[in-house]
Amino acid sequence: MNSRLQAWLLALPATFFVVVCLGLPVLSTLATTFGEPAGPFVTYIQFFTSGFRRAVLLRTIEVAVITTAISLVVGFATAWVVARSPGRIKSILIIAAVFPLLTSVVVRSFAWMVILGKNGIINKALLALGILNEPLSMLYTEGSVIVAMVYLFVPLMILTLVGVLEGIPQDLTDAAASLGAPPSAAFRQVVLPMAVPGLIVGAVLVFTGSFTSYATPQLLGGDRQTMMGTFLYQRAMVTFDWVGASTIAAVMVVVTIATVLLMSRLARKLNPVVG
Amino acid sequence: MKTRIHPALIAFSVFTFVFLIGPLIIIIGTAVSDTTFLTFPPQGFSMRWFANIFEVSAFPRTMVTSFTLAVLATTLSLMVGVPAAYALARFRIELPKFLANVFVLPILVPEIVLGFSLLKSVATGVGASIWTSLLIGHALLVLPYCVRVVGASLNSFDFSVEEAAVSLGCPRWKAFFVVVLPNIRAGVIAAFILAFITSINDVSVSIFLTGPGISTLPIQLLAHMEQFFDPTIAAVSVLLMGVTVAVMTVVEWTLGLTFLTK
Repeated sequence: MNSRLQAWLLALPATFFVVVCLGLPVLSTLATTFGEPAGPFVTYIQFFTSGFRRAVLLRTIEVAVITTAISLVVGFATAWVVARSPGRIKSILIIAAVFPLLTSVVVRSFAWMVILGKNGIINKALLALGILNEPLSMLYTEGSVIVAMVYLFVPLMILTLVGVLEGIPQDLTDAAASLGAPPSAAFRQVVLPMAVPGLIVGAVLVFTGSFTSYATPQLLGGDRQTMMGTFLYQRAMVTFDWVGASTIAAVMVVVTIATVLLMSRLARKLNPVVG
Repeated sequence: MKTRIHPALIAFSVFTFVFLIGPLIIIIGTAVSDTTFLTFPPQGFSMRWFANIFEVSAFPRTMVTSFTLAVLATTLSLMVGVPAAYALARFRIELPKFLANVFVLPILVPEIVLGFSLLKSVATGVGASIWTSLLIGHALLVLPYCVRVVGASLNSFDFSVEEAAVSLGCPRWKAFFVVVLPNIRAGVIAAFILAFITSINDVSVSIFLTGPGISTLPIQLLAHMEQFFDPTIAAVSVLLMGVTVAVMTVVEWTLGLTFLTK
């Protein structure tokens, strides 16, 4: 048997599975949006002219951008310390980051409902200390969604960056220092450029993850902070407006793919090795 | 030169890890509280909320469903994923480059879009049963892990060993099971366990595909939370954390947890 045929035979079941069970259904969802009798783009015109739907899209982008920015800063600083920690401590810290990452999103979101709720831990503590007279409403705000999202994605950012930062040899920063560069300059001119590819990968993962999330906005945002994921679910399962749901799905796919393409172009541009 | 880290950075990292672990400790605390409401620090100590998990019949039922589904979906995914990963590693020149990306597609397509599309095309369109739809959805969801983790093991495997077996007269299929598979065992086990936890924890795909009578544990947990905000949720959460610990132990045994930073 020739090896090309053999290779294809082995790869065929998985390829077939992805094309038939993922490709076709998703394409069919996208196709639905263009099949309206009133015209091919009518659902998109409806989507972008409706103030509510635009607000949902903008809120989702805003939450995803803020979550990504905070996760980048927190993740980078923490990953730097983890990467430069001695072996034993490093393993413990990696375990501490992996543990939440592998724990159910529902569980991690629930924790923040317990912390931020009306009868939650923060409110009870502040009332007991006499700082507050009546409990604050922190749940179902954009802030509570962002806190829980940051909580969700910081471990992912840390683990993505630790590998990258470990790859930056200590010699390089030492060389910069011995040539008279203050730590801030060594950081800006040596460490940061080398970390850029990792930062971009992390940013893409966190942005697309938070942009398309469902459980966290559902639990911490509720109906007051509808985001694209919860909006899609509502349209599909509560109002049974499948064309509307498909339109939301299409917008999500476009934003996700655009982000991935844009960021990988940016990565190529900023790559210190090539550029 | 010895590594020096600015003390402020260390303090910041300590804060980050308290932020990461603290909420999970709070959940454990609320689960053992002897109260009918969620409170922390726990008042009294009681395991009754753990017992209550089994009083609410939907919890044990969905646990069985989730477990069975995760095992079946992962097995199905490995059955198509391992040959694909093998083909990609062994016949690098013969296969088009984009093929590797096809298997990563399930990561690129938002899960919630996949869930909705499966509901629309597979569950409603073709009329597949809830079980079949869930199985397809979860198998797709975990396929990228299977292909990539097994692929990583295969990339460090020296195929000339397999060639040696074949040239000595061992049939190709047998050479795979006797020579290749034992060498990539760690990768297959790690892929299985990572796929398993991904399936067990899934919400976005399952939420569209669960129906009357059949639900998964995370979906049941969400449904329970909407009606009762009691320590049972915390108790189930603690059980799920136990699954995480088990999974981490297996990953540490097989590939080592540092594998996850690569």
